[in-house]
Amino acid sequence: MDLRWRIALTLVVVGLCVWAIVPPSEKIRLGLDLKGGAHLVLRVNTDDALRLETTTTMERLREDLERAGVTAAAYEVVGPTRFRVSGIPSAQDALFRETATEVQAGFNRESGADGAHTFVLKPNVELTLREQAVTLARQTIERRVDELGVTEPIVAEYGAAADQLLVQLPGVTDVPRAKEIIRSTAMLELKLVEQGPMPSKEALLQATGGNVPQDLEVVSGVETAPGQPPATVYYLLRKVAVVTGRDLRNAKPSLDENNTPAVNFSLNQAGAQRFSKATAENIGRQLAIVLDGQVRSAPRIEGRIYDEGIIHGSFTTQEAQDLSLVLRSGALPASLTYMQEQTIGPTLGADSIRSGVMASLVGLSLVVVFMLFYYKLSGINAIVALVCNLVILVGAMAYVGATMTLPGIAGFILTIGIGVDSNVLIFERIKEELAAQRGVRQAINAGFSRVFLTLLDTHATALISAAFLFQFGTGPIRGFATTLTFGLISNLFTSTFVSKTIFDLVLSRRQAATLSI
Amino acid sequence: MQIFKNPNYDFVKYRWHAIGLSLAVLLAGAVAIWQNGLPLGVEFSGGTIVILQFEQQPPAIEDVRRAIDPVVVGGGEGAVVQRYGAAEQRELMIRVPYVGAESGTQLSEAADAIRDAVAKANLGAFEVAGTEIVGPVVGEDLTRKGISATTLALLGILLYITFRFQFSFAVGAIVATLHDLAVMATFLAFFRYDLTLNVIAALLTIVGYSVNDTVVIFDRVRENLRGMRRDDIRTIINVAVNQTLGRTVITAGTSFLAVLALFLFGGEVLKGFAFTMLVGIISGTYSTVFIAAAIVSFWRKKPARAAAAAQTPQPVRPGPTARVRTKPSRKARTS
Repeated sequence: MDLRWRIALTLVVVGLCVWAIVPPSEKIRLGLDLKGGAHLVLRVNTDDALRLETTTTMERLREDLERAGVTAAAYEVVGPTRFRVSGIPSAQDALFRETATEVQAGFNRESGADGAHTFVLKPNVELTLREQAVTLARQTIERRVDELGVTEPIVAEYGAAADQLLVQLPGVTDVPRAKEIIRSTAMLELKLVEQGPMPSKEALLQATGGNVPQDLEVVSGVETAPGQPPATVYYLLRKVAVVTGRDLRNAKPSLDENNTPAVNFSLNQAGAQRFSKATAENIGRQLAIVLDGQVRSAPRIEGRIYDEGIIHGSFTTQEAQDLSLVLRSGALPASLTYMQEQTIGPTLGADSIRSGVMASLVGLSLVVVFMLFYYKLSGINAIVALVCNLVILVGAMAYVGATMTLPGIAGFILTIGIGVDSNVLIFERIKEELAAQRGVRQAINAGFSRVFLTLLDTHATALISAAFLFQFGTGPIRGFATTLTFGLISNLFTSTFVSKTIFDLVLSRRQAATLSI
Repeated sequence: MQIFKNPNYDFVKYRWHAIGLSLAVLLAGAVAIWQNGLPLGVEFSGGTIVILQFEQQPPAIEDVRRAIDPVVVGGGEGAVVQRYGAAEQRELMIRVPYVGAESGTQLSEAADAIRDAVAKANLGAFEVAGTEIVGPVVGEDLTRKGISATTLALLGILLYITFRFQFSFAVGAIVATLHDLAVMATFLAFFRYDLTLNVIAALLTIVGYSVNDTVVIFDRVRENLRGMRRDDIRTIINVAVNQTLGRTVITAGTSFLAVLALFLFGGEVLKGFAFTMLVGIISGTYSTVFIAAAIVSFWRKKPARAAAAAQTPQPVRPGPTARVRTKPSRKARTS
């Protein structure tokens, strides 16, 4: 290639990279370890979603069987993926089998002795449900994190078992609050009260002879009367909810009639229809507002309500805000467990940047001094190539939006090392060729062309290990692998192409008999 | 300027000494690791790290240990309390091992308990600069991934070198790299640096570095195999190592300088990383010259035409490579 074209190409590449970097504060994304923030790994307890499916199916089968006139002794959920119906009279066996075919789209039926049948979730359905639960949880968390106002958050599926989520929240300082918002299941149900509130379960069940009727359930709640310590109370509720969080259209913080913080919600059309019908039919009864399995309040129905409601409870303003946030973003399909968390305060990150930059500069100047001392004027060539290398590296990282992490700074230092190595390889070879009594120009050409294959081999092997590092990596390590990969590629360009161009440029002006190397 | 004027050292002669030295170091490392284990970072062992930054001078370590004693399961004995970072940052690091939490407890319970206990003990105003909490499952996951990443990387390199050079070279490079990994583990065990994610990054970097170093010398061996058909493999390797000696020393030296800067000025977080790199650079350079080359020299003792020449040892010939230009013979071609 013509020398002029090579110079132009070099200038264009370096120019583009400089353009990509400026201004650095906007273009370079800092990782969590440098910026500060929270790094969370959660497990989605997908068993919850399976249990819900199993329970719902069992209840549906119960209704179908009762309608068909089949009487069973007991219905029982015996695991997240299986439930058992027992005591089907042999006379009704045929009818039972016929009625049960509908649920067998998702469940396999295993029939045992004495009219007992176990229904097991089909493996492919189980897998789909688990995947759905993780995806749904991810989407829900994304919405919540967005509403929290975090810039550039990361919510991603994570880990080999595919049931974990990685959540990164740069710049978040109130980590406990963020964690609580992410984790709350936010399962809202409005259920009719049959009995209660009572101070104990026994008192509650007196009317029904100590047993919980099949279509009812016992749910606890906290009652706070003014001037008294909060006490746990129990309610007997209808199992089937009138409306749930899925019927919500909106939720926002507000104040109730006593001027204490509360949450207002409104229902979508389908929810409003059911709600107004149920409230019209049950005027005078209590309606329990159940959040995550706890009764928050149980106001009396004064009249028909269409699509608005309010949740009381002793909230602070912040809690009312957070509750409306999670209600708006929808319920989680399953509970979450925190597996790992890391928070980095902003000062710790700033310290790391300072030390990393400091170390890079010291390392760089040591190398510069050495190269000038050892290779004299040719050392300048090496340093120009090295600086170009670093500019291209930072530019490429800024361009693809790669994140700069602490190990990433280490990757810079390694790139300096590799860049120097390439120049040393070439220069040493040129010296050898000069010692073999070749002309300056031939020695340079031979030096570059001989070493090019070596460089290709060394860079290829290093790229192989960088690729696996990237595969392996969580955030910071990935940053390292990214930096290293870009560094290797840009180094191949600067140490063979740019450096050679500089030599040719210098030699094009004069016919040199000796080379300062 | 030149570090070595026509170097002419018989490196291959010392291969047995080198192997002996390496075995001695690795044996010592094996004993140390067998007795005390590798110190694992929280990423791998599970546990909680809390970093506190004090407004004034941080309190005595003993006071902190006493303060957290009642809230740490197993007492303050199991906790690590130490100064963190430069003195002017006034930071303390507290690390407690993970204990099987009862169901329903929050992962962050230990961290909160530590913070509250130190606040209650009136040891001076502070704020939490950072926390890291890892459940035990995460560590197992990471270990498995780390091992598979390293194995796959080595396999990839093995294939590449076999493809570009030949199998004996690939084996030499891989053995040298495994040697370096073992040496680094030995030094981590002796100097009690925790095996953290950053240290894993350093280990994998050295894998790349060491192979890089080996490839440069093998490249010369490959070139010389073409030009020096009459010489035996020992001579050829010695010439190659001597020819690249200047480069080896300069590269190792400059990389070492750059990483030394990282070790001295890079701050607490990168200390383990930089330490591992320092050990790895020395070991990687040494293993290339002595271990990788030795393996190739054992493997290819008598190349086809060198049997006669080997009877009368040729002087080691460093220097110009004009002979490369000689017509390559098919039999002596290696790649």
